[in-house]
Parts: sequence; structure tokens; C-alpha cells
Amino acid sequence: MDAVIDIALLAFLGITALAILRLRNLFAVVMLSGIYSLLCALLYTTLDAVDVAFTEAAVGAGISTVLLLAALSLVGHEERKPVRRPVLPLFVVLVTGGMLVYGTSDMPPFGQPDNPAHLHVAPRYVEESGHEVGPPNIVTSVLASYRGYDTMGETTVIFTAVVGVLLLLHRGKGTRRPGSPKRAPDTGADESEAARGDDEAHG
Amino acid sequence: MKLLGHYNYWIVVVLMMIGFYIMISRGNLVKKLVGLSVFQTSMMILYISMGKIFGGTPPILLEGGEDVVYSNPLPSVLILTAIVVGVATLAVGLALVVRIKEAYGTVEEDEIHAQDDVM
Amino acid sequence: MDDRVVLRVGAKILIPFILLFALYVQFHGDYGPGGGFQAGVIFAAAFILYALVYGLENAQRVLPTWVTHTCSAVGVMIYAGTGVVALLKGGAFLDYGALLHDAHHAQHWGIFSVEFGVLVTVFGVMVSIFYAFAGRGRVES
Repeated sequence: MDAVIDIALLAFLGITALAILRLRNLFAVVMLSGIYSLLCALLYTTLDAVDVAFTEAAVGAGISTVLLLAALSLVGHEERKPVRRPVLPLFVVLVTGGMLVYGTSDMPPFGQPDNPAHLHVAPRYVEESGHEVGPPNIVTSVLASYRGYDTMGETTVIFTAVVGVLLLLHRGKGTRRPGSPKRAPDTGADESEAARGDDEAHG
Repeated sequence: MKLLGHYNYWIVVVLMMIGFYIMISRGNLVKKLVGLSVFQTSMMILYISMGKIFGGTPPILLEGGEDVVYSNPLPSVLILTAIVVGVATLAVGLALVVRIKEAYGTVEEDEIHAQDDVM
Repeated sequence: MDDRVVLRVGAKILIPFILLFALYVQFHGDYGPGGGFQAGVIFAAAFILYALVYGLENAQRVLPTWVTHTCSAVGVMIYAGTGVVALLKGGAFLDYGALLHDAHHAQHWGIFSVEFGVLVTVFGVMVSIFYAFAGRGRVES
């Protein structure tokens, strides 16, 4: 039964990815990327990674979708039709895909308990984390205690992201100040002003 | 079972390549970022499927269970960090796209290069 | 305004439960799936929902921008601060065993405090980024 769910979810993921590739309406693309994240969360649950599924559903389907929609409202909804045939990208993708498939043929079979990934430090975490650290959730005890330094680095990475976004977007030319009219006043000469005339056309 | 095991990995490679193709062949910057997130999410499926054990259970210790087989917790930890870093990258990338739109008036790669060549 | 009534009433009913669920996920991260990241994102989602339904100005009156910026930094300080407290008490950096005398309780409180730091940072970051994007007016000629 698990195998059927696995195969069905992976097939849906493939269809969604192809639809993201083909669609030119960016609003639909963003919605499909949210669906893609939710399908991945389902897949992670069947693969026993429940913490990851939770995070993927919250972050991927929640925050990513909101940020993409916020950016779309500032940037425009339609993708332009591609002008030339993408022969070189297709070739690169096929060669890379072929090499990866050739590489995965050497990988250990899926799901066997004596795979190398389960042999070295993982049994120690599974067996000892109960008395050494305490919480029943082994992922939390590894994340917060055994590998706590990495988690501090990860927290710093998100902080760096907010610093980057604020440097780029805080109080800039287009910012609406509370109480001011909706059109932001121009603060100076801008050579791309003429080019902006034609993004008035909404999809 | 060998076919099923490798089917998982092959589909993941196909998904990764679709994401990679979106990134390199489409000119719209927002679509490139969506392709990047598709690529990242498919890569994570590869890692998580390496942590699964048939007959195992999620790695949360059960009361009084002595002979329970738990799936590997380590890929979960790694991928938790990767998801958060992925959304951080997406946020900074989208901020850059917004500023590019304000500076050039477009987010299509060809038009941006054309404006750069003219200047 | 008639067509917004459903959204407003629905949001008003849901937001307290979303906040409560975020706290549940935070504190039960030890016993089930959950933890700082998921809780921070869900907590932020409640405020983003409020901003989407009631408008950015109202949301910034409830949760000013300077608060979210401060939260982003304070969370990292709480996390690193736990490590520094362990250093000052004689152990290694982030060695929870040095925080208290009883090793088991020390681990428990160490994990609690770092997860709290992660919650505060992730909440601050997600809402700050949303405010930055939403507050950027579309510059039209």
C-alpha cells in the first residue's frame, strides 16, 4: 500500500512540475508551486520524516507562496513568450540527468536497514538520545542538543536574510508611507521611466 | 524491490532536471526563482528517501517500545535546515527582482540585457 | 464592504486559534513533530493573515515594524546567549550540562531556551520580510 501512495504522489509531483514549466500565467505558477510543496509534505510523511513534512507545509506552502504573491503584485503577472528554441538548455539538462541516473544506479536499495546511511552515528542517536538528552522526539534532540551549533548557524542565516531584504526594500523609492496618497512621489530623474509606461497593461 | 527502490531515485532526478530546465531556459526572473525552489524541493526528496527504513516508524521514541525500528533521524535534521535556508534565499532573490523591476522596468532577462547593452 | 464580511469574520475567529496552535507546536516539539521553526512560521502566519484581511496600516498598528526588527535580532541573541551562559558557568559553548546541576533538567532547559530563541527570530524574520514586500508601493508612472 505504501508503494502505491509513493508512486501516485511522485507521479503527481511530475505532472505539477511540468505544468509549472509550461504555464505562462505567473499567478497560476505560484499556486502550483504551493501545491508542489504540499505534495512534497505528503511524501515526506509517508517517508517517516514528520518534522520535515510539517516544516515544508508551513514554510513551503505558506511563507513561500505569500512572498511570491507579494512580489508578483509588484512585478507583473505574465511571462513573455520565449523567442528562441532552447536547444542548449535541453541538451545540458539531458546530459546532467543521464549522468545522475547513471550515478544513482550505484546507490543502495531503498529502505533496507543495513544501508550505510543507517550504520555509523545514527544508531547512537537513536539509542542514546533517550537517556543522554531526554525528549522523545529524536529529531529535536539532535537539532537542539547534539547539533546545536549548526542550528545556531541556521538561525543566523535567516537573520542575514532579513538584513538583506531590509537593505534592499526598506523605505525606498516606492514605499507607501501611512497617510500618504497611494502613488509614491518620484524622487528624481529616472531613465527607465519611459519603459515603465507599458507595464500598465494588466493580464 | 530493486525496481521500486530505483524508481524513487529516477523520478527525483526527473523532477530535479525539470526544475533545472525551468531555471536555465526561461527568461522571466520570478519563474527562475520558482524553478529554483522546485529544484531544491526535489533534492530534499532524494535525501529523505535515503533515511527511510521499511517497517520503521517516525523517529519519536515510543513508550516501552524496546524492539521498535526507527527511521533515520539525521536526514530530517539536515533537510530542516535546508528548507529554512531555501526560503531565506527565495526572500532575498525576490527582493532583488523587485529592485530590478524598479530600475529597468522589466523582469525579462533579454530586455534587461538589451537595456544594459544600450547604456 | 459586503463581500469582505466573510473574510473579516473568518479571520477574527481563526487568528486566536492559530496563535494558540503555534504555542502548542512550540512546547510540544519535544514530544511530537514541531519545534521552533514551525512554531515561528505559524505565529507569523497569524499576523500575516491579519495584515492581508485588515490592511497593512492596521497590522502595523498592532505589531509595529520596529518590534519585528528587534525580534529578529533578539532571538539570535537568546540562542547565542545560552551558549555564553554555559561558557560563563565553566563548560564549553552551548554545553547544556554546565547550565544547571542536574544534567537531565539542564538539557531540558537548554533545549527550551534555544527553541524559544529560534521561535522569536523566525517570527520576527517572516513578519519583517512580509512588511518589507507589502509596504513597497508599486511605482507607477
